[in-house]
Amino acid sequence: MKDVAVSVSHVSKDFKLPHERRNSLKEHALSFHKQTFEKFHALSDIDFEVKRGEFFGIVGRNGSGKSTLLKIIGGIYQPTTGKVKVNGTLTPFIELGIGFNPELTGRENVFLNGAILGLTRKEIKAKYNEIVDFAELEKFMDQKLKNYSSGMQVRLAFSIAMQAHNDILLIDEVLAVGDERFQRKCLNIFDAMKKDKSKTIIFVSHDMQTVQRFCDRVLVIHDSTTKFIGDPSRAAIEYKKLNFPDMVQETNTDSDSIARKDQRPGTGKIRISKFDVLDADGKSDRIISFGKPFTVSFAYEATENIDDVVFGVGLKNDKNDSIYGPNTEESRFQMNIRQGQGQITMTVKDNIFSPGYYTLDAGFFDADNTTCHDFISVKDALTFVGVERHGYVYVEPKWTITER
Amino acid sequence: MRQFSILKPSNRSLIRELVVSDFKLRYKNSVLGYLWSLLRPLMLFGVLYVVFTHVIKIGKGVPYYPAYLLLGLVIWTFFVEATMSGLNAITGRGDLVRKVSVPKYVIVVSTTLSAFVNFALNMVVVLIFMILSNVPFRWVALLSPLLVVELIALSMGIAFLLSALYVKYRDISHIWEVVLQVMFYATPIIYPFTLPSNKLAKIMSLNPLTQIIQDFRAILITPETLTTKEVYGSSLGRLLPFLILILICIIGGWYFRRSSSNFAEDL
Repeated sequence: MKDVAVSVSHVSKDFKLPHERRNSLKEHALSFHKQTFEKFHALSDIDFEVKRGEFFGIVGRNGSGKSTLLKIIGGIYQPTTGKVKVNGTLTPFIELGIGFNPELTGRENVFLNGAILGLTRKEIKAKYNEIVDFAELEKFMDQKLKNYSSGMQVRLAFSIAMQAHNDILLIDEVLAVGDERFQRKCLNIFDAMKKDKSKTIIFVSHDMQTVQRFCDRVLVIHDSTTKFIGDPSRAAIEYKKLNFPDMVQETNTDSDSIARKDQRPGTGKIRISKFDVLDADGKSDRIISFGKPFTVSFAYEATENIDDVVFGVGLKNDKNDSIYGPNTEESRFQMNIRQGQGQITMTVKDNIFSPGYYTLDAGFFDADNTTCHDFISVKDALTFVGVERHGYVYVEPKWTITER
Repeated sequence: MRQFSILKPSNRSLIRELVVSDFKLRYKNSVLGYLWSLLRPLMLFGVLYVVFTHVIKIGKGVPYYPAYLLLGLVIWTFFVEATMSGLNAITGRGDLVRKVSVPKYVIVVSTTLSAFVNFALNMVVVLIFMILSNVPFRWVALLSPLLVVELIALSMGIAFLLSALYVKYRDISHIWEVVLQVMFYATPIIYPFTLPSNKLAKIMSLNPLTQIIQDFRAILITPETLTTKEVYGSSLGRLLPFLILILICIIGGWYFRRSSSNFAEDL
């Protein structure tokens, strides 16, 4: 298993929370009753593998257990049950600038912190200039750290951390620091790491945006258990669902979610009984990745034969702007409905809709567009996931520049 | 085994940086710097010297008593410093224990070595004092590095045990203070070892620190002092302090190693 960098197999972690804390020998000796504990399950049965060269994300809310998991992978905590196997050298960055001492100079702190991160003195000496350059602190290295601003300290700490020579990096939300310019520099570093396939990165955060941008795969952890593992954009949805259950509605694609038939407009000669969203593989899934083709299918019931029926569909974004509104007439698709049940499908190959939540409208009309037979509108019926874009749609442009 | 990979260059670098930064920090912002740490044993020495040569006259029969007394005090100071800072080593460096996975023993080793830096500087003072007191040089003095190694092993073994115990039991620090107080008088530091009866001397000689101090004095200052070898004659008894020392090191190392994986949670 050479291509597996970190394997976490069935890891659980319990913390014993004593009902009374005993910190002295007397308390231990003089208590006749056995000390009682409350067991706290910080992690239960976490199981995954990170492949070499992968940029792996772990997201979860505060208290979900993600930091405990990171500490177990980093060898700081021991798992209660289960095993963690690490193939390669690994340094956890739970915090930046560990061991930094305000009374020492910047230079002295570089050597101290570097040693804590596992660098030898020789290696730090060789990389010293690079560290200082990256942190942009040339003029301040002989000043005591206590005279640094917090931003300067973070820059120095990050620069040292980036020099730690490890195949596997565990990074815990260290990006939320520094000014914008420095943050961009850090992001560039991550970009470079992502391309460098010899490095494996495990990135822990609650910021889904950054995770989505970098990670190849994401583990969503919630209430100490694995909620999802896989594609980042899917993970984003799962994560949002956990955080804001009201924002993401579980859309029922059966008739319940469609308004009751007698409350709908139209003649009622044709009624939509059910709709379904299918992904490119034909699997029923209301969440579609950005750019991927999708199909919406509608089941209907007709009470009589009607010729020349027009079927129209509308997509509206969450601000209720109409984004897309095809119909069978415009597509010159002739529809003669026979009495009984049937199904209409609409497949969109070029999915250019920006990621977001969409309302689905659909209806049957007469050819002359004066009579409506049925009309439904389902909020959040369809979700496109991916990196957020400006504007309603996104089509990859081709750029050129001409210099004179 | 990753735990005791003392030869790994990165671990050695870490020990070095911890010792160096500790040394720098100790004397930053103080005018006299290192002199302060020398002042403590020197002041104690001054007081004891006046008392024991002019008031109680305890050191009358001992050749070069001032150097004899100072050497004992310097060794004792190291022992106290190494074990007390060792006791605090793990609890005092929570950042290293809870945020990174450095080998834990590195932290304890670095506190012992920090104390040793002071000891080495203090020994220079002792040597100057010996020269000024016209203590004759004998070739056997070259054996003293062996005793230094033994002293470090003893202090480090105890430091390992105390540091691990202190994570769980916070009253260890008070207990150890009391133990040190008793040891100060149970070890021949201020008085010459010729005083106690033979039976008492045998018991006292079991203390590895007694053996170290007396052997140190015997090879550096005067052969006319009682060493463990002389107390027990040629019998195997003279090996007893060494056995105790080895036992302390084994127990300390074993207990530290056993509990070190839980330090991060117990802190």
